[in-house]
Amino acid sequence: MNSLKNNDPNVLSSGVPDNVQKEMLYNYILGIADNSLILGQRLGELCGHGPNLETDIALTNISLDLLGQTRSYFQYAALLAGDDKTEDDVAFLRIEREYRNILLVEQPGTHFGYVIARQFLFDIYHLLFMEKLQFSKDETLAAIAKKGIKEVSYHVRFSSDWVKRLGDGTEESKLKIQEAIDDLWGYTDEMFHLTEPDTAMISEGIGIDVSGLKELYYSKVSEILNEATLEVPQGTFFQKGGKEGVHSEYMGYILSELQYMQRTYPNMKW
Amino acid sequence: MSKKNWPLWEIFVRSKNGLEHRHFGSLHATDAEMALENARDVYTRRNEGVSIWVVESKHIIASNPENNGELFEPAQDKVYRHPTFYTLPDEIKHM
Repeated sequence: MNSLKNNDPNVLSSGVPDNVQKEMLYNYILGIADNSLILGQRLGELCGHGPNLETDIALTNISLDLLGQTRSYFQYAALLAGDDKTEDDVAFLRIEREYRNILLVEQPGTHFGYVIARQFLFDIYHLLFMEKLQFSKDETLAAIAKKGIKEVSYHVRFSSDWVKRLGDGTEESKLKIQEAIDDLWGYTDEMFHLTEPDTAMISEGIGIDVSGLKELYYSKVSEILNEATLEVPQGTFFQKGGKEGVHSEYMGYILSELQYMQRTYPNMKW
Repeated sequence: MSKKNWPLWEIFVRSKNGLEHRHFGSLHATDAEMALENARDVYTRRNEGVSIWVVESKHIIASNPENNGELFEPAQDKVYRHPTFYTLPDEIKHM
């Protein structure tokens, strides 16, 4: 990113030793970016397999938006990591436990209802998060958020519209979208958990206190579900682990596909 | 791919302010709102437009190619209908 001066010791202004803070920020960035990376990868699976040409293009557009945001985050992370690390290193050369994405985004698109439900449940959160991140004290993160908000606003519109269309559509479409919302509901609570890098960065004025987004999130989601004539799930059991690197069984398969080229041809470039 | 086809829509895009909307192509959508979103994704993803119109194809009444003779041929030999007998000053462009 242009706004970051390479190895600027004043990137972080606190009494805590610089390298510790830098590592916290690095991990904090991964916690944001890995969601976009893995969801982008999941959506990419639909390229050429969408339910029709128009939806296929729309979903892969969203995928590219997310991967574009991921690049900006990873370029910044690579700078912080030093040692001539590149965005590709950050994206491709980590092991499963080092990925910080929430479990929701790695869940499979079992059918179109799942693709839309996964997207919808993430998009609502993503927009709330970006709206906060644009005011981060970290200029680079704020700039990425400011640019991303327009993209993510469209994602929200797209996935919300589809939830309503399927929910208020035919008997079958309603059944399927409700099934997907119910199944994925248990992955929503994790979005609002605070990690160690979260806490460290919140105290710097850089990070966002995601726990504070929870109430607004559920009220927005419920509003759309009601409009879609769908039931708001009442389940109280929630999965967690992704933010700490403990992933579901799907993650290994996603990574083996994502990392294949870099693992097979190390240091290859496009 | 779904077996039941959604209605067809014609898409018109204005490339930039000051220009007219031009026909870009057609696509499928269940309703006008979806047609707009699909048009945005299919036709303006490379920054081609600033405004989109969508019209359901069935609302467009087209001339029949069989009638081309009576519709268009009579105009072919009426050169006096072209403003080619005026000399235009060089300063006037786009005429």
